[in-house]
Amino acid sequence: MTDLTEAVPVALTTRKDWSSDQEVRWCPGCGDYSILSAVQTLMPDLGVRRESTVFLSGIGCAARFPYYMSTYGMHSIHGRAPAIATGLATTRPDLDVWVVTGDGDALSIGGNHLIHALRRNVNITILLFNNQIYGLTKGQYSPTSEIAKVTKSTPFGSLEHPFNPLSLALGAEAGFVARTHDMDRRHMMETFRRAHDHKGASFVEIYQNCNVFNDGAFEQITGKDHRADMLIPLVHGEPIRFGSEGQFGVIMDPDGSVEVVEVATVGEGALLVHDEHKGNPGLAFQLSRLSRGPFEPTPIGVFRDVEHDEYGAQMTEQIETATERRGPGDFAALLRSGSSWTVS
Amino acid sequence: MSDTTIDPKSPHLIDRVVIRFAGDSGDGMQLAGDRFTTSSALLGNDLATFPDFPAEIRAPAGTLAGVSAFQVHISDHTISTPGDSPNVLVAMNPAALSANLAALPQGATIIVNSDAFDERNLHKAGYEEDPLADGSLSAFTVYEVPMTSITTESSKELGVKPRDAERSKNFFALGLISWLYTRPVEPTLDWIAEKYAGKDLVKEANQRAFKAGYHFGETAELFESSYEVKPAVLEPGEYANITGNTAAAWGLVAASITSGLPLFLGTYPITPASDILHELSKHKQFGVRTFQAEDEISGIGAALGAAFGGALGVTTTSGPGVDLKSEMMGLAISLELPLLIIDVQRGGPSTGLPTKTEQADLLHAMYGRHGEAPMPIIAAKTPSHCFDATVEAVRIAVKYRTPVMLLSDGYLANGTEPWKLPELEDLPVIDPGFATGPNHVDEDGTEVFWPYLRDPETLARPWAPPGLAGLEHRIGGLEKSDGSGNVAYDGANHERMTRLRAAKIAGIAADIPPTEVDDEEGARVLVVGWGSTYGAIAAGVQRVRARGHKVAQAHLVHLNPFPADLGDVLRRYDKVLVPEVNLGQLSRLLRAEYLVDAIPLTQVSGIPFRAADMETAILHLIDDSTGSAPAAAEGSDR
Repeated sequence: MTDLTEAVPVALTTRKDWSSDQEVRWCPGCGDYSILSAVQTLMPDLGVRRESTVFLSGIGCAARFPYYMSTYGMHSIHGRAPAIATGLATTRPDLDVWVVTGDGDALSIGGNHLIHALRRNVNITILLFNNQIYGLTKGQYSPTSEIAKVTKSTPFGSLEHPFNPLSLALGAEAGFVARTHDMDRRHMMETFRRAHDHKGASFVEIYQNCNVFNDGAFEQITGKDHRADMLIPLVHGEPIRFGSEGQFGVIMDPDGSVEVVEVATVGEGALLVHDEHKGNPGLAFQLSRLSRGPFEPTPIGVFRDVEHDEYGAQMTEQIETATERRGPGDFAALLRSGSSWTVS
Repeated sequence: MSDTTIDPKSPHLIDRVVIRFAGDSGDGMQLAGDRFTTSSALLGNDLATFPDFPAEIRAPAGTLAGVSAFQVHISDHTISTPGDSPNVLVAMNPAALSANLAALPQGATIIVNSDAFDERNLHKAGYEEDPLADGSLSAFTVYEVPMTSITTESSKELGVKPRDAERSKNFFALGLISWLYTRPVEPTLDWIAEKYAGKDLVKEANQRAFKAGYHFGETAELFESSYEVKPAVLEPGEYANITGNTAAAWGLVAASITSGLPLFLGTYPITPASDILHELSKHKQFGVRTFQAEDEISGIGAALGAAFGGALGVTTTSGPGVDLKSEMMGLAISLELPLLIIDVQRGGPSTGLPTKTEQADLLHAMYGRHGEAPMPIIAAKTPSHCFDATVEAVRIAVKYRTPVMLLSDGYLANGTEPWKLPELEDLPVIDPGFATGPNHVDEDGTEVFWPYLRDPETLARPWAPPGLAGLEHRIGGLEKSDGSGNVAYDGANHERMTRLRAAKIAGIAADIPPTEVDDEEGARVLVVGWGSTYGAIAAGVQRVRARGHKVAQAHLVHLNPFPADLGDVLRRYDKVLVPEVNLGQLSRLLRAEYLVDAIPLTQVSGIPFRAADMETAILHLIDDSTGSAPAAAEGSDR
């Protein structure tokens, strides 16, 4: 496609310009509303065009998201949005491609596509709404639900060990990995902005409250009264420190693991300094496992931001190299590339 | 055996011959057969090939499970099949002999590598007695040639280890057959040099083995004569010998050029479809993007994503992959985006027979999705026809904004035939006809874009890839309102949309050629086929006609929708015979659609029908419909 808009400066837009005319149909009180609001509020600041922006989704509550954006969009099938996004982003490097997914969509039925899109480093921004429950099918446990969770499908408690989405993303070689939550719009916007600006695959886990089937799942850490002592903001180049008085911090033990300490005990100088750009994902991985669940102090922010070759750009480069070496495609020559002969 | 001195200058003229090269999977029989085919093509023979190999890359050496064969039919006249049965079998070991003996007619020639007929190999092939010694081959002309030892001897002075040296024995066999059928030496020596450039020792050993084979034929005074098959009379023009998979790949490139749509192939490796990926991945200078996905679903998903973005989205697969892609096909039907699915069919169910051919996915292509999910189906009929069928499938996909299933099969995929090279200008123009602006005015006078406002003639919806301001829209797998495309759950709208989607596909019948019937005045029997049975049916029909009987043939390329006149055509005949390599799938569709007594002729043995099978079945029907008893005799293999 020729980008007819290339020469035209990006028009100033407001949040309203990014909202579609469709009525939003999530349950009243759903965390999805605040995420949608954060994205719609952020878009005018990103310097991008509506016509060059695409939201793709699979199936689940979160997957209705594209219908509410006034951009191009596709609500596809369960778990497959990263695959569809791979085809779109590699053939249309001019587009901003967002994938909106949930814990069931991305980590259960679509787990394979997620890890491979991250591994290939396709230029897409993945927003994973993690509410630790299946909402659209009315309340079964999900791959991020805690062990022993009693749900409609697990009346005696779930037996399954949950995925840690960030550990998974890091294990899948993701270059950009971050976490935010639906109770803090500014933090969401800043995190989404960073994810959008990253070249290659970006992965953002959003703790999102399902007030119907899993209400309060993150309350212990994201509630206004607990946040200061339970959320650990990661800031690049800064010692990792949190608490209402800054009284807590994170240190790295000699064995490479990380732990929460009182600053007074270890001294400020002992605190671990966050480095998003470390080539080795070890630090980010340790931080992703600092908390066992949303009941312990939990890091939020950008865990890792490392650029490496982007898949679609490399694919285009191979086309350009082949064209330079052999000249643009010559169909008559292709037909004669094997043995051909003439009958007269 | 004869001691007559032969005069190589005056080879015996024959009009055609069927040769089967057979050996262990690792013996290089496909390579030898393929090269012999190319030599014959360059000489101007008409030809057809049938590679037949096991699913295992290297089954235990010397066993029946590991036998790999390549059959080629060359002739001085037009032919349509690789031949019912070989006139010549080259057997590199006892297993190759045992596995192929049943296919040989009495009097056939067998050339064996006698070095391989030792006790161990005989035992592995299940022989208790040496067939070369026990008289069991008395119905054939057998030539015992110590291929391994002569090959090893030929490269001895190169310092090649005997174990490596004997690997060139396929080139010895190729050389021998090249002499026997008077193929030129130099082009093959050049080809070996090119193929093994940089590996001097291997190149030299192979060239020596080839020459040794050739000279053996010339000097050993074993053979009574060499043979010559003169060039066939083909339409003037440039030709290439092409497999179905290559033809499909080139068809995709052609359709990409004529449509102006960049080609994106999303696929997962699967036998026998992978060669389409291999071929396309070589030609990036055409702007081709090939994506080897993590699984079948991702392959079609990425292709659909590319189509959403305005590319020519294609996925290639075989039966097991079609199973996995079904849900994405349903989405593509609901999204009404162009998409091509190429199913290179193989024996099923499940993993089935990965390297053997079958036509058993027709009903799957037709009905294999949940909900009312109609999809056009095109079937290629010969290896080279895979090119035209691909272009036609893309034309329909783009014009009607629909996924299209193109059916090929293992026989077409790997088989070859000479193909008159087409000119791009002669191909149909494919116009993407992208949406360029708003197409609807709201009640308040605002101009808007409705993604499901259909073209009244084709019922196709607009295709508006991202990038144009004012055309932003959301589509999805949920039912949507006719016109606006907004999510809609009401029953009346669903009824309307379901019928519209069906009518759109059914309406394609007005845009395809009428049924092409090869008829003779007075025929009472019609043979209707689809896909790769074309060659065998055509040859069978010709044999029946050569006996003075009348029979008509129609071969369907469009299987959904059928040509508009098909019902009338079927009803013109007393008997309708439907040969298929399945248990009767097209015959079911014809019966259901037209209430015609379509008689199935079926086979699922992993190999194509033979012309003789067709001949017999047709003669029986003619017999039934006329009351006369046609004589059964050996026909000439056309």
